[in-house]
Amino acid sequence: MSASVSKDRQFIAVIGDEDSVTGLLLAGIGHVTPPPNASKNFLIVDTKTGADKIEAAFDEFIQRKDIGILLINQHIAEKIRYRIDTYTAAFPAVLEIPSKDHPYEPEKDSVLRRVRRLFGE
Amino acid sequence: MSGTGNREAVFATRQSLGLMKSKLKGAEIGHSLLKRKSEALTKRFREITRRIDEAKRKMGRVMQIAAFSLAEVTYATGGGSNLGYQVQESVKTARFRVRTKQENVSGVLLPTFESYIVEGNSDFGLTGLGRGGQQVQKCREVYGKAVETLVELASLQTAFVILDDVIKVVNRRVNAIEHVIIPRTENTIKYINSELDELDREEFYRLKKVQGKKHRDQEAADKEAKANKLLLGDDIQESEVEGTGDVLGEKEDEEVIF
Repeated sequence: MSASVSKDRQFIAVIGDEDSVTGLLLAGIGHVTPPPNASKNFLIVDTKTGADKIEAAFDEFIQRKDIGILLINQHIAEKIRYRIDTYTAAFPAVLEIPSKDHPYEPEKDSVLRRVRRLFGE
Repeated sequence: MSGTGNREAVFATRQSLGLMKSKLKGAEIGHSLLKRKSEALTKRFREITRRIDEAKRKMGRVMQIAAFSLAEVTYATGGGSNLGYQVQESVKTARFRVRTKQENVSGVLLPTFESYIVEGNSDFGLTGLGRGGQQVQKCREVYGKAVETLVELASLQTAFVILDDVIKVVNRRVNAIEHVIIPRTENTIKYINSELDELDREEFYRLKKVQGKKHRDQEAADKEAKANKLLLGDDIQESEVEGTGDVLGEKEDEEVIF
């Protein structure tokens, strides 16, 4: 069952600031589904973007059946932390990545926190 | 006493005793198997968590390098958000994709991501054509490597999430068998045994009673017969004397036979 579920998941989605998204798009992960209902698999977040918009994009990406990995900048993940903490499904894998201005902090990562909790640290 | 404990609703028969015994045996085998499975998974799980920790740190470094490379590009192409805009607008189809494979660990299917590159289409053919084309190329390579690291990390993380779930389920089963099913079955066996013993004792007592009753009846009958004889004794005294003589004669015969 899980084989058929995960078979079509071939894209990597990203929610991030402009620099991160640009870099990842340069690597070639960007994909725009052809119209009708064209949708991008990336969202650029700047200081003006509200948490509700981020959350909407997050919900959309985790519901899409063709996305295997969802990358999200850690400082953006902080804004919808409650949403990420409650997300426990295996597909798509949500990955917190550092951005240029915000170095990576393992203490904030949802998965690493789970790891820590399991080993009682 | 064992009847009041936690047990299954069965009739105390030998058949159900046999059933319960085989059930207990099955539960014990299942318990040991599940326990072993849980141990194997936990071992794997620990390995994965360790690797996740390492991979996350590595990712931090790789992303930093990639960000620096992008900064170089921005500088080379003349700065501004021009590059970002150009890149975003020219995106059409993904060149860098992932596919999933299944890996079997003690009966649990763990998916792993594998990155591959669709050849032949490049959406960014014109990016940095004017200036900094070399930097753009380099940046693409660096980011490509970074994404590979991320994909690796994503596989680990997916495995982590799935294993976490599976281990929970297996441990729950192990505990259920150990603390609920086995004691319950043992209790049922005890109950059936005691019930069967009770039935045995009852049967024995009944037989004893029946025998006692028969004995009493016999005695009563003997007494009655004797009384009858006594009543009639005066009339047939002589014959009785002969009768006793006969008995004596028989006794002698018996001894001879022995």
